[in-house]
Amino acid sequence: MDRDELREIQSERLRETVERVYYNVPYYRNKLQERGLGPDNIKSIDDISKLPFTTKSDLRDTYPFGMFAVPMSEIVRIHASSGTTGKSTVVGYTRSDVSTWSEVMARTLTSAGAGRNDFIQIAYGYGLFTGGLGLHYGGEKIGASVIPVSGGNTKRQLQIMLDFGTTILACTPSYALYLAEAIQDNGVKRSQLKLKAGVFGAEPWTENMRREIEEKLKIKAIDIYGLSEVIGPGVAYECSEHNGLHINEDHFFAEIIDPDTLEVLPEGSLGELVFTTLTKEGLPLIRYRTRDLTRLDYQKCSCGRKLVRMEKCLGRSDDMLIIRGVNLFPSQVETVLLEMSEINPHYRIIVDRVNNLDTLELQVEVDEEFFQDKISQLQNLRRRLQNNLESAIGLGIKVTLVEPKTIERSEGKAKRVIDNRKF
Amino acid sequence: MNIIQLSVFLENKSGRLAEVLEVLGSENIRITALSVADTNEFGILRLIVSDTDKARAVLKEHNFTVNLTEVISVMASNQAKHYANILRILSDLDISVEYTYAFPTAKKSIIILKCSDNEKAVKALKDHEMELLRVGDLYRI
Repeated sequence: MDRDELREIQSERLRETVERVYYNVPYYRNKLQERGLGPDNIKSIDDISKLPFTTKSDLRDTYPFGMFAVPMSEIVRIHASSGTTGKSTVVGYTRSDVSTWSEVMARTLTSAGAGRNDFIQIAYGYGLFTGGLGLHYGGEKIGASVIPVSGGNTKRQLQIMLDFGTTILACTPSYALYLAEAIQDNGVKRSQLKLKAGVFGAEPWTENMRREIEEKLKIKAIDIYGLSEVIGPGVAYECSEHNGLHINEDHFFAEIIDPDTLEVLPEGSLGELVFTTLTKEGLPLIRYRTRDLTRLDYQKCSCGRKLVRMEKCLGRSDDMLIIRGVNLFPSQVETVLLEMSEINPHYRIIVDRVNNLDTLELQVEVDEEFFQDKISQLQNLRRRLQNNLESAIGLGIKVTLVEPKTIERSEGKAKRVIDNRKF
Repeated sequence: MNIIQLSVFLENKSGRLAEVLEVLGSENIRITALSVADTNEFGILRLIVSDTDKARAVLKEHNFTVNLTEVISVMASNQAKHYANILRILSDLDISVEYTYAFPTAKKSIIILKCSDNEKAVKALKDHEMELLRVGDLYRI
């Protein structure tokens, strides 16, 4: 399908979506009427910039079901976000939404090389979180053997991986690293495992982290992207080119805006990713602000797909810390850590405010193999790390070396930042 | 000839040293010599123990970071001039001492040395007829 045809489909689906929310969601009807807009004003996808934005707080204000566009009798599934940044948001799916979700997840898994002969071990949490069930339905759709082990219980994960011959692992990237460590600690040899690929998402991760996962687990690591408000995992996925994530834009229309002026930015600009759902029935969203920062690339990918690609997310504008006026993303710190083999990429950033001045501390684990008997060696390491960090982030930072395995391992989303400042 | 010392990486956290010793105590391990090197942020605990392998295994089991290092042990009187003599022999040969600690008994003192070149140091000390201790010797003291 070429991009003109795709635009035709997107235009038609946008018209339907606007009509759906105008007549079924009072919240959207009011917002549109305030701007003097009705369904007739939206003729093609180019008219999307006339529409108002939706934010997470809109969903919270209408908690739990206020923005659903169908009667509850049509809803067959309810999920809720983890509420990492406040009260959780609730999302509902009709039967058709569940089927769309399975379809986009099937595309995702196929892109990772999965097929009917694969064993997919889903170590994402099952439950209100969309990760587990999203992967699950996609896996079933492609006919793979799905192992719904859910998150946590690392011993059992390893046992299943060995006994069932798991070929595809699905979990957060930080848990993938944790599993890699556990495999080593338990004396499991790589040759005993049949793993070939992993689909990792739900938190931002760096290229260095990918390299580390691929080296330690000897697999292809594929980034997947999604958020529960839009559908869950399956919004976008990487192909084998590792050159951006293809957005399933026949279902989710993407724009990049300036988070301050809310202006749509030209192609290739870095800005906040915004999604409009084009086919969703239960909870259609118009120009939903994801808070994720990225850029879009409309060039055809060397894998053959023409779907727009989003760059691997740098971080969320929510994750961004402002320290003494300087913007800091945890991923910048992580990049520096992963370049130094003497430390484990397990870290914690602690922000505090002492005498009206922000303080920044990094606690990081010393790699066990690196530890020798010398104070000077450890002090050098600490100094080098501090220098590398300060030049990368442009901020003074105190580095504290801590004992291996003392920083809490996450079995879901990693909690990397502790901000003790009171504003 | 040389003695194996256990080094343990410690965060500066109260109670951490006690935890190491409790772990060793639970296996009835005896300590012949001990020293703590500390900086503002972390420390290294150095130990000569009765059963190094067992001590290492049990510490690792409790997630401590452990390293084994070869050190030299010399028996001398507890007079300062004898300790000085040993250090002088080494410095005359440009062997630097990375660290040293000592455990005096009533009359004698066990001196532990980690040198830039342990082999060269052992040879020099032997040439000067110093009393070098072997693993077995230490636990009889």
